[in-house]
Amino acid sequence: MKPPSFVYHAPATVAEAVEALTAAGADGKVLAGGQSLIPLMNMRLAAPGQLVDINHVAGLGEITAEAGGVRVGALARHAEVEASETAFAAQPLVRRALRLVAHPAVRNRGTTVGSIVHADPAAEMPAVLALLGGSVRVRGAGGERDIPAAEFFTGPMESSLRTGELAVSAFFPSAEGGTAIVEVARRHGDYAMAGVAALVAPGHARVACLSVGAVPVVVDVTEAEGDWTRAAELVQERIEPEADIHATADYRRHLTGVLAARALKEAADA
Amino acid sequence: MTTKLFGEPVRRREDARLVAGNGRYLDDLGAGALAVAFVRSPHAHARITGIDVDDAIDVEGLVAIYTWEDLPEGVREPLPLLIPHPALTHGRTAYCLAKDVVRHVGEPIVMVVATDRYVAEDVCERIQVSYEFLKPVVGLENAVEGPNLVHDDVPGNVGAHLVQEVAHRDGRATRDVIAAAPHTLTFRLDIERSACMPMEGKGVYARWDADDRSLRVYSSTQTSTSVRMAIAAKLGLPLPKVEVIAPDVGGGFGVKIVHPWPEEILVPWAARLLNREVKWTEDRREHFVSSAHERAQVQHVTVGFDDEGRVLGLDVEILHDHGAYTPYGIIVPIITSTQLLGPYKIGSYRVEFFSVYTNTVQVTPYRGAGRPQGVFCMERTMDKIAQYLGKDRTDVRAVNFIQPDEFPYDQQMIFQDGRPLIYDSGDYPESLRKLKDLIGWDDFPALQAEAAAEGRRIGIGVGCYVEGTGVGPYEGGHVQVTSDGRVHVSTGLTSQGQGHETVFAQIAATELGVPIEKVSVVTGDTRRFGYAVGTFASRAAVMSGNAIALACRKVKEKALQIAADALEADPADLEITDGMVHVVGAPSASIPLATVAVLSNPLRYAFDEEAKRATQFATGGSMEKPPVAEGQEPGLEGKDYYSPVRSTFASGMHAAIVETDPDTAEIRILRYAVVHDCGKMINPMLVEGQIHGGVAQGVGGALYEKMVYDEYGQLLNASFMDFLMPYVTEIPTIETDHLETPSPLNPLGIKGAGEAGVIPVSAVIAGAVEDAERIVIDKMPISPSDLYALRDSSRTSGAVSLLRNTQ
Repeated sequence: MKPPSFVYHAPATVAEAVEALTAAGADGKVLAGGQSLIPLMNMRLAAPGQLVDINHVAGLGEITAEAGGVRVGALARHAEVEASETAFAAQPLVRRALRLVAHPAVRNRGTTVGSIVHADPAAEMPAVLALLGGSVRVRGAGGERDIPAAEFFTGPMESSLRTGELAVSAFFPSAEGGTAIVEVARRHGDYAMAGVAALVAPGHARVACLSVGAVPVVVDVTEAEGDWTRAAELVQERIEPEADIHATADYRRHLTGVLAARALKEAADA
Repeated sequence: MTTKLFGEPVRRREDARLVAGNGRYLDDLGAGALAVAFVRSPHAHARITGIDVDDAIDVEGLVAIYTWEDLPEGVREPLPLLIPHPALTHGRTAYCLAKDVVRHVGEPIVMVVATDRYVAEDVCERIQVSYEFLKPVVGLENAVEGPNLVHDDVPGNVGAHLVQEVAHRDGRATRDVIAAAPHTLTFRLDIERSACMPMEGKGVYARWDADDRSLRVYSSTQTSTSVRMAIAAKLGLPLPKVEVIAPDVGGGFGVKIVHPWPEEILVPWAARLLNREVKWTEDRREHFVSSAHERAQVQHVTVGFDDEGRVLGLDVEILHDHGAYTPYGIIVPIITSTQLLGPYKIGSYRVEFFSVYTNTVQVTPYRGAGRPQGVFCMERTMDKIAQYLGKDRTDVRAVNFIQPDEFPYDQQMIFQDGRPLIYDSGDYPESLRKLKDLIGWDDFPALQAEAAAEGRRIGIGVGCYVEGTGVGPYEGGHVQVTSDGRVHVSTGLTSQGQGHETVFAQIAATELGVPIEKVSVVTGDTRRFGYAVGTFASRAAVMSGNAIALACRKVKEKALQIAADALEADPADLEITDGMVHVVGAPSASIPLATVAVLSNPLRYAFDEEAKRATQFATGGSMEKPPVAEGQEPGLEGKDYYSPVRSTFASGMHAAIVETDPDTAEIRILRYAVVHDCGKMINPMLVEGQIHGGVAQGVGGALYEKMVYDEYGQLLNASFMDFLMPYVTEIPTIETDHLETPSPLNPLGIKGAGEAGVIPVSAVIAGAVEDAERIVIDKMPISPSDLYALRDSSRTSGAVSLLRNTQ
């Protein structure tokens, strides 16, 4: 479990990082917290020829309040975002969700933006971003653009980030109403077998589901009009869970329904 | 015994070193050594048709590539079958490097030596092995149903078949007794595979001294003495020219008692051939696919019993999956068959097992070593009898218990050490009474009703076991007191974190009457002690503990004789306290043990002030006698061995309360209680630590761990991402109570404690989940997804729901 050799870049600025990524093309990969990438490389499941380590880039670790939400820089560690009062004041769901992300050791090193870019449909932070309708700000050779969450996640471990682009921050909008996130994992800190983040506001309710599709599955359940059992049924109709060694598809569907009702109730009561 | 440390909760002396990062594990050694990596089979069953290294040989840093063809005589033969048994008619072992056919994913085919492990893995990636695919055999029932074979010359894939029967005392066969019994039940039980998974994998580091023609090998092993003999034999070296050392070892749990592993032969062989230091450190993925697993069995059970729940006849047929090879023989199913009986008097017993080949990783003992399966069988049987008769589950157990006045109790079978299965001591009714108190058994129905009123489901389970510990043939101990007053203890068996440095020092300090600070302990180093068997089967404390005590007694006898001469006293009037030999009741008439050590070794040369006292012109004594008396040896040291007539039988009982979520089917352990009897405890704190670790592994086996093979023999969860060992967050607080029924078989009265915690956990949790859910649980481990499916099927069929039988 040792990675094959690779070229290592340690840019000091975003511009240098983008330059290195652009030059590397499809062979390039960004190293931020390394909590997913390094194990994949060690197991030789990923073998990027060029690694662009952004840990020395100044100004990427900030967590800042902006109009209508909070912006989280690409180097902000999960633990920092979790502890951030700025982030909590703008969107308390972020902290609640981060507490479900792996373990403290992983959260100390792993980055929130890295988790989003990794786009694992079983991960919490992509689902939170999707639920809230947040966005990812990316920088490429041609400049900067914001990608809405609804367009960002395109498949399991796939995003609309283009070759040569660096995700510099993610924006989590504040939201009117209450939020909640619940999940069931095999062990404490594991990727969940199923999980649901919910947002309930006057005249509106929706959920984002983990581990039951190629991307976080956002379902608008406003039509249930506060009947969360009915809402759970709506959610179950929309999801396409698959079986793996930890759970059958049937169980995942059942569990997502149970958790959707729980999350919606908790969000409504919040 | 004047400095009483035996029985005290002395803190582990090794922890300061180990937890501060000052341990020296295998991979901490040999920083400059060449590194080894292996090309391992990606297929479960295939014939090797070619190995092409053309793309690999130009990689910078490559030193050597070896295949089976390159191996010399001795190294190219199949690995030894360590424990032959007449019933193992078709035992098969692997080669160090695969010859012609690979039989499981992970089997080593090509050995690569390079300047570092990165380069070695790069080389592995460039070696092309071509295969002709053979049909894989996966799953016990597929194996016995055929037609595909793991080994061409093993019909039906059956490696061993053994029937053991203990007839009724009136001579009737078990099946006849069952047929005539008032009640009978027949059912099937399933247990999945798990594995030892020590934190540190295996590893071997070898240095060849070309000038001295000698080999030093470090191995993360549970038996350095036997690895040494295997290396000497395979490489054709004189035994004195080979030394093997087990450095700090990060856990073993059974997998490291198997030996020699291919790497334990190949790495020393390459070190000598290349005249370079060579090291191989197993990585986690390798450990999953190329070490060993355990547990998987299917059991078919028929039991006949009377109105009281007394078992009249028990008939068990076991299908045991031993994987692709049988290097450790059939120890696991033998232990299952014999230890299944637990603390019970079974009227008549027939057990038949088929030990079967599959194209999966080989199966060798993992902590518990077949007992968890046997206990699962017997305890599920007890629960089913209680359910059928409408009796309390503990009452049914109690009516079957061997009583305290019935010891020694002969179960009339042959145990895993080839000796009679005779229990030496125990008090099972008292254990059960303590357990029921500890968990609040009698109050539970009220609690359960209260919870039900709140919409919560809770259940309670219980499980009992007897564990044969301290199996022979022997261990030895060497104790030396040096002239600085230090006591050096060594024993040949090895340590994997159990706390031997502490408990063996406690024994020596107590026996010799010295402060524990003066005692140092060395284990698993053939330079210090050459004769040993190894650490397994909860035997280290019993075997080496008693051997060290006996060696200490020899040393003490000699010390008292020398001191008696010096003090002009009768040895019978002397004792040793705090390192001073003194006349009982007259502390001023004394001599330090250090001085006794000086006097024990008559000297010609004075190298320090202490030594002066033993030189030829300083000592008095008769000029008519030689300085070393006839029959004596110089030095204050002693060596002795302990070899028991048979195993000593520890026991215990566990109970758990679980809660199941009516909606999500999550299973949570609310309470876990253990009553444990390992005879006299050397150190109760360490015994508790062993219980905690064992229960944690048991919880893993009950709720989380399984090796998931697909139909092609691919292990789908060969990483800690997907093989779910429980974290501390999944382990409940473990409440313990102890009982001490000393073993009459050994001088210290002790029994083994290492494996106990793991043994009954699956049985206990199954019983508790069944009690909470009112659904039959006959397959372990159980996950929330499994429980959800069981609920679903019990709703639709009703057939598996728990009903009192009214036949």
